[in-house]
Amino acid sequence: MTLTWLVLAVLALAAVGYVMGRSRAMASAGGEIRALHSLPRYYGWNVALTVLTPAFGLMALWLLIQPVFIDARISSQLPDAAVSETTTRSLVMSDVRRVAEGLGQIGASKPESDPDEEYLSDLKSRLGGAGVALASDIDPAVYLAAERYRAGTAIGASLMWVAVLAVAVGGFAVSYLLTNKDFRARNTVERGILLVLIAAASIAILTTLGIILSMLFETRHFFADHPWQDFFLGTVWSPDFRGDSQLAILPLLWGTLYISLIALLVAVPIGLFAAIYLSEYATPRVRALAKPAIEVLAGIPTIVYGLFALITIGPMLRDYFAQPLGLGDSSSSVMTAGLVMGIMLIPFVSSLSDDIINAVPQSLRDGSYGLGATQSETIRQVIIPAALPGIVGAILLAASRAIGETMIVVLGAGAAAAQFDRGIGELVNPFEAMTTVTVKIVSQLTGDTDFASPETLVAFALGLTLFVITLGLNVLALWIVRRYREQYE
Amino acid sequence: MTDMTAGASAAPKSSLLAQDERTRRRNAAEARFKLYGVIAITLAIVALLFLMVSIMKNGSGAFFQTFVTLEVELLEDKLDKNGNRDPAEMAKVTTFGYSPLIKDAMAKVVADNGIEIDGLKKPEDLISKEAAAQMRNFVLAHPEMVGETRPFEFVASGRIDGYYKGRVTMESAARDSNISPEQLQLADALKAAGALETRFNWSFITWPDASENRPEVSGLGVAIIGSLYMMLVVLALALPIGVAASIYLEEFAPKNRFTDLIEVNISNLAAVPSIVFGILGLAIFINFAGLPQSAPIVGGLVLSLMTLPRIIIPARAAIQAVPPSIREAALGVGASKMQTVFHHVLPLAAPGILTGLIIGLAQALGETAPLLLIGMVAFVREYPAGPPEGLFDPATALPVQVYNWTQRADPAFVERASGAIIVLLVFLMVMNTLAIILRSRFERRW
Repeated sequence: MTLTWLVLAVLALAAVGYVMGRSRAMASAGGEIRALHSLPRYYGWNVALTVLTPAFGLMALWLLIQPVFIDARISSQLPDAAVSETTTRSLVMSDVRRVAEGLGQIGASKPESDPDEEYLSDLKSRLGGAGVALASDIDPAVYLAAERYRAGTAIGASLMWVAVLAVAVGGFAVSYLLTNKDFRARNTVERGILLVLIAAASIAILTTLGIILSMLFETRHFFADHPWQDFFLGTVWSPDFRGDSQLAILPLLWGTLYISLIALLVAVPIGLFAAIYLSEYATPRVRALAKPAIEVLAGIPTIVYGLFALITIGPMLRDYFAQPLGLGDSSSSVMTAGLVMGIMLIPFVSSLSDDIINAVPQSLRDGSYGLGATQSETIRQVIIPAALPGIVGAILLAASRAIGETMIVVLGAGAAAAQFDRGIGELVNPFEAMTTVTVKIVSQLTGDTDFASPETLVAFALGLTLFVITLGLNVLALWIVRRYREQYE
Repeated sequence: MTDMTAGASAAPKSSLLAQDERTRRRNAAEARFKLYGVIAITLAIVALLFLMVSIMKNGSGAFFQTFVTLEVELLEDKLDKNGNRDPAEMAKVTTFGYSPLIKDAMAKVVADNGIEIDGLKKPEDLISKEAAAQMRNFVLAHPEMVGETRPFEFVASGRIDGYYKGRVTMESAARDSNISPEQLQLADALKAAGALETRFNWSFITWPDASENRPEVSGLGVAIIGSLYMMLVVLALALPIGVAASIYLEEFAPKNRFTDLIEVNISNLAAVPSIVFGILGLAIFINFAGLPQSAPIVGGLVLSLMTLPRIIIPARAAIQAVPPSIREAALGVGASKMQTVFHHVLPLAAPGILTGLIIGLAQALGETAPLLLIGMVAFVREYPAGPPEGLFDPATALPVQVYNWTQRADPAFVERASGAIIVLLVFLMVMNTLAIILRSRFERRW
């Protein structure tokens, strides 16, 4: 709550700054607006922005750094005795943080003497009442650390108040004193705005960096515990939260690629023929109806497709195909997920291909007709070859979507990893349940997770692999489109 | 001349009226090829219709609910032993204290209507286990009512509800430990007596989620609020940042390495699998920055990062579509570059930017995978507080609620999940229609 007040205080100062800066500029020009370098409001904005920007910047920085700093200090002061054999320092620290937070919630004051057993067990029940459930009794050392943590946080918060207000007032004073009729206020304000625009554009880079760094960081932890050879070259996926699990990516990758292959086998012919028909044969009326209808498929959230796979397609395939053919009796299967994902991908293939086919110039068609080719011969022998790079690009983009797709496979493909030692028959049976990289990322990272165990960290390695594969496919697709695009000018 | 007629009359190789073998083959190939296209389009549209029909068929039942109306006597010696109507004292009576009242009321209804069914046990099981809590809340809110007899409308249990929706039959009830065929007969008798009815149920949209064995009282309230909060965060973050980034890239950015890097990044981020953004959110916002799990603020931040490129791309197109003559005119009368952009270009590009924004929001609304990783799958029964504090309270989101319900054993939850999908699709349809209207109304051709 105090943070809200600080923000409001800074905003109020900025508002005052706007009014005062504006009137000071007017006063210095003697009320004659033509004597000013810029419009009066720019002088006001200049003061307001000089108050706001450094103050909020400092606040954001402080809020980021303070917890890390206090954590490190308390953690180093924590006696080794408080960290027992069965736990780690970081787990104890999370207890400390929770106790400290709970103490703040129930507003407990520090007792006069050192806390004894009775006080601590009473405290535990009071914390439980406030919604802070603790597994074990509170260790005295943890309690002391929590008290120090609270004190540190409180001091940090007051220091932040002082520092932020000082910066705000300083900015106010400097910019206010600089304000006079010859000050180039518009240029200054516009430079400030330009910096804001650049910062906004840079967020894309920061996001990419954030993705790569966060995954690299945790993946490094994973490979410290688990040899990378086992991860990339092993053939068994069997996580075991008691330790000693075999975590190899190949069985998951097989599932991912197999499902994506089926999805593409569904989506590419349908999408491509739909695009050809829409751009070459369809009357304007059919096109106006069919094209949006197909594009609706792209706007449907993947969870809807997932549910469709789970409650409709899965049981249907099982009852009419898998069981009569003796191929299995699981409703979640490679075929279920692949088929539904294929439906999802139809609009990706069709609308991209449609654009590309439309971009082939009419003169090529006319030339072909003039030589006596039928319409389908023209399409097969002239238009498709001319549009091929674009179509390949569209297929690659669809493949990258298929590989990264999560909800359809979570609900439709099952959770059992492919087992290479069961023989090729089970591996290629499309009615067998099979899991994918994305499913395992979800299952390893949901629920109670312990960020020190390789079973959890493996999700980051899987995520990084997924990121690299999809990125590679996207870059390749864009490169093919650029490299082989015919220039018709 | 004679040579030519002689040549022509000798042996006409082809006729305009009868096609030769090769032409027939080529024409057949042409027809086949065209047919493939028709089949492809038909398949795509049939798939769309099949999907819609399947969801509608499974989900429409979620909006209907079976209710039982009972006359319950609010016995004073059970609910308020001291007789002073003090809510604090009455709150000590737990829901277990209310169950016998419902049981008695049920027995009375059975007797009053002269219903006799052999082997009927536990007629009160027709009513949801949530009924006692419902009654307790009512009594605590109206302590003066104790001692009176008044009608209560209780939600029927999930199996009874399923019976009227065709999910439960006499045969399946015989094998079910939660319901017996006799209880179903009782339900039919009550229906004939007018004490039981199945009707439209708005509460599906407002109730919070319920536990595993009470599908009949689960609803979407918390999920809708959670989704709404996340959309607010996305709107507050992605719109200004996206527009600022597009303005910079279109109007100010010099052609250099840095600009290229930004452009490549934006187009790649648009194609990164959504689950990767979930990993980012987990690692940065929860593990590093220490924000709470399951909170709409984290979900909103993750979805903002994901939506950003999807807003920037149409926004840039909209800014680019504003003709240079507008800019030149503004610059010509002495506006600065910044004034030109903010006073002239941006207002003209606004409809296009808004359309892109709405479509981006619609995509964010349906996104599930990243939210699973940041703990939005938790079971949440408490409505989050109002913003801004509510942004840090646990909540779920509409698509995640669907996922949650698919993971539960009771088949009644499948119906609930499909119903939730219908709600989600209605929201998406409204948003997309809005985008189409905006586009057709304000689109300007220069």
